[in-house]
Amino acid sequence: MSIDPWVIVFSAVTVLATVLLGFWSAQKSKTASDFFVAGRSVSVGWNASAISGEYLSAASFMGVAGMVMSSGYDALWYPVGYACGYLFLLLFIAGPLRRFGAYTIPDFAEGRFDSPLFRKIAVIFVLFIGFFYTMPQMKGAGTTLAYIFPGMPYWGGVVLVGAVITLNVALGGMKGITLVQAFQYWLKMFAISVPVFVLMAVYGHYGAQLAVNGEPGTQVSVSVTSPGFLALPGGDDVVTLRKALPEKAPSDGVWLAPFGPLTSKAARAAGLPADESRPYSLLYTYSLIVALVCGTAGLPHILVRFYTNPDGVAAKRTTMWVMILIGVFYLFPPVFGVIGRNLLPDLYAAAGAKGTDKIVLELPRVLNQSFPGLGSVMSGITCAGAFAAFMSTFSGLLVSMTGALAHDVYGRILRPDATQKQRMRMFRVGAIVLGSGAVVAGTFVEPFQINFMVGQAFAIAAASYFPLLFMSIWWRGLTMKGAASGMLTGGMLAVAAISLTSFSDLGWVELGSYWAAYPLLRILCEQPAIWAVPLAITTMVAVSKATHREVPPDVRMKMLVLHAPEKLGLKQEYIQEHAAGMNP
Amino acid sequence: MLMQRQLRLSIACVVAFLSVLLGLPVLNYLVPELMGRRVLGFTLTWMVLGVGFFPAVWVIAWVFIRRSIALEEWEWREVAAQEEKASGEQLQDKL
Repeated sequence: MSIDPWVIVFSAVTVLATVLLGFWSAQKSKTASDFFVAGRSVSVGWNASAISGEYLSAASFMGVAGMVMSSGYDALWYPVGYACGYLFLLLFIAGPLRRFGAYTIPDFAEGRFDSPLFRKIAVIFVLFIGFFYTMPQMKGAGTTLAYIFPGMPYWGGVVLVGAVITLNVALGGMKGITLVQAFQYWLKMFAISVPVFVLMAVYGHYGAQLAVNGEPGTQVSVSVTSPGFLALPGGDDVVTLRKALPEKAPSDGVWLAPFGPLTSKAARAAGLPADESRPYSLLYTYSLIVALVCGTAGLPHILVRFYTNPDGVAAKRTTMWVMILIGVFYLFPPVFGVIGRNLLPDLYAAAGAKGTDKIVLELPRVLNQSFPGLGSVMSGITCAGAFAAFMSTFSGLLVSMTGALAHDVYGRILRPDATQKQRMRMFRVGAIVLGSGAVVAGTFVEPFQINFMVGQAFAIAAASYFPLLFMSIWWRGLTMKGAASGMLTGGMLAVAAISLTSFSDLGWVELGSYWAAYPLLRILCEQPAIWAVPLAITTMVAVSKATHREVPPDVRMKMLVLHAPEKLGLKQEYIQEHAAGMNP
Repeated sequence: MLMQRQLRLSIACVVAFLSVLLGLPVLNYLVPELMGRRVLGFTLTWMVLGVGFFPAVWVIAWVFIRRSIALEEWEWREVAAQEEKASGEQLQDKL
């Protein structure tokens, strides 16, 4: 396979446009507070596009399609979970947190308990979650570069993209600018939807492509072993096609039905028969749902955006629009996976960067067989979308992680007396240190699927920040010690369990026979949310009860700030009167 | 208290949402034949999860947002009315 000029042109334009737009608007807003204050006047439409643009990472753009192709039905839980997590955020967290007026989760942790110490503890998880979230972005970068330049090794792409973005962040471009993020959303939406419509127009619609994964008895289930296409009786002039599946691909029945390869992996490794593995698959599915739905609310780089709304009503409208924008987006990636299974099954036989994670990039190329040139242009468009996805997410994460490192760890813990200039220098050094760390980690994760890794970052967020936010907002009796111990217990155990499974999958720790003997433990370690979230909340309640004397004395006031309508928020009399009249 | 009403509304919406979200795996588990039935080429369960889920979530969110804004409005009016009454009484005292 040679280098395709169209693909390079589209990708290069995206990279240049992103970097230039970033610098151009970074010049307009110099400081963080400029960004926040100016952001408060952003309109609902712009803000919703910007939030969606920030949210759709390489996992949404490349990973969902790749995983639907490799694992079938079970992978659909990911886009649904990503979208539903937003509803959870809207129902329980968005409004109150906005009224509280803290910019980040560590800000909130400090403000809610008046405890600078708690801020220092809370900031750890910005780094943990950010780190786990950057690794799949790096995999996306390595995969895309290896596709565009066929001779390039996977690690080469990771290093190249990592270096460009790290430098860009260190030099001050790529702040979370509304305009850039909104532009990125529409680019991604365009890049994922247009090729799908073209592919469906040529090869048959979504349902028809699924129908080819036939049930016994229908005429389409015939599969040929010789290379080349099998033309199916689709009628009209539109012809549905399907290539023969390689050995490694899951069979039609397993792929199409729930509790397939993804969720039954541990039970199959243990050698359990199909009907005995189903309860394990059910458990896996539920744990995944908990991680994705609760995890969204705990992502450190997403919540910040809720402050860029003029008022609470606008914040709620924005969330509604975000859900529509990302919901519409998530209809498309699974279609790539489904069509990819029929038209590009060769990817099943490959692994790592050459595997199914690149289906979004490569699938449009098959159009070249019928319409020379069209496939290249479409593939160029999806490559541009992939660049937008991993670039925006990686730089957004790097900015929040570096901010936490420079502002909290350095500026508050190590050198509280540092000058502004020293802090700026620390920001640059921090960006380079963290960026290099992400690149090094990124080179190791080629065997893992992008989507899978993002799901694990969600699980860590669900076990640490979600309980903190949820309990702080809705329970008066929470003490600082309770919140801290719950967050640390749930979060750290989740990190440990996830790292353990990853290390054993990479072959660094030999646990294969142990997992085979205890498939239940394997599932609970791989997807820890189902026990880690309740554990964190229980710990919070237990420790808070034990230290109930330490409930902040002004907790009623805090609760009012969190829950009183904004129209009343400025009326001091109202708050005082109700704070006095409120009985526990 | 508004906080309790808000919480009750949130819980009502979340019950609707969770029963759909958590109910689907149960249906897949208990009645796989029904969920595997074909609709326009899709299996029923694929149709629900891959296509139908998003509009369902939009409806729940829309209901929540409307009710929640109405609740805040109601609370605000109530407080405003109390204040008006109070200031009216003060005015009468002066006269």
